[in-house]
Amino acid sequence: MVIEALPLQATAELFPNGISRYAVGGLLVGLGTVVIYLGTGISAGASTFLESTLSYVSDRSRFQQYVSSRDWRVVFTLGIILGAAVYAAVYQGGAWTTDVQPWRLLLGGVFVGIGTRVGKGCTSGHGVCGVGSASKTSIAGVLTFLAVAIITAQLVSALGVSP
Amino acid sequence: MSDDRHPAFMPLILVGGLIFGFGLAYSHMARPEVVLDFLQFEDFGLVFVMFGGAAVTGVVFVLAPRLLGRAPLTGDTFERRLKSFDRNVLVGGAIFGVGWGLSGICPGAAYASLGIGNVTILWALAGMFLGAYLQGYWRTRSETRDTAVTGAD
Repeated sequence: MVIEALPLQATAELFPNGISRYAVGGLLVGLGTVVIYLGTGISAGASTFLESTLSYVSDRSRFQQYVSSRDWRVVFTLGIILGAAVYAAVYQGGAWTTDVQPWRLLLGGVFVGIGTRVGKGCTSGHGVCGVGSASKTSIAGVLTFLAVAIITAQLVSALGVSP
Repeated sequence: MSDDRHPAFMPLILVGGLIFGFGLAYSHMARPEVVLDFLQFEDFGLVFVMFGGAAVTGVVFVLAPRLLGRAPLTGDTFERRLKSFDRNVLVGGAIFGVGWGLSGICPGAAYASLGIGNVTILWALAGMFLGAYLQGYWRTRSETRDTAVTGAD
């Protein structure tokens, strides 16, 4: 009995909240990507929106190269916000706000903004579309940001910063 | 250019975004705390979000080019997402990793986080726009300088 229970216990420790919410959520993220891909041939990532939207206010060539896609990227992002709002209305019963400190969000956001654009993609572009494409570039990108993020989060936690 | 678009183009992008955002909220990835728990090895569930998503795109990205001709709304061919590899992928990835590990939030999840009512995430979104602007500013400048140097040669 004890031996049989061990794998279950280990699973519960690795996944204290179960896996269904993560697996179902991940499949839906993939489905949203695939709906757009099958209709348009576009593999949409989330971070290009940052630069394409800056093209509305800046003439720099780095941003102007995205002029032709900037309008649909705004619509894609609005869709993401609305879809999450539907979830909040149905399952969450109102707004949820984070306790992670604003300075972490702001400073981390700056690094995310620089890194995703220099590194040619983020968690959705490299992670979902790129890995789904078996792209070696994307797999290298994902392994890099995942490893560095793990080290960073553990360091910050070890320094006593919480949340 | 945008006048030539199929009338269903924008509605389809919106529907795709809705499913994508709902999925991010459902997976709880829109909550920085959950991402930080993952990165600190307290809950490995997030592995299923990325691999669940990549599994779906993986099947479709392989089958669509073989079974379907062209995308109905744009007439474009179906291709995989392949980007060229260079040092930037690693340097940018490492910078992104620092930001992700510090804040617990990435771009798509940040938009979804706003949707679940997390107004505090506006700090992260402001930071992301600032970071995207800074790299655009630096890189445009260094390109101009490189061109000028080459021109002088």
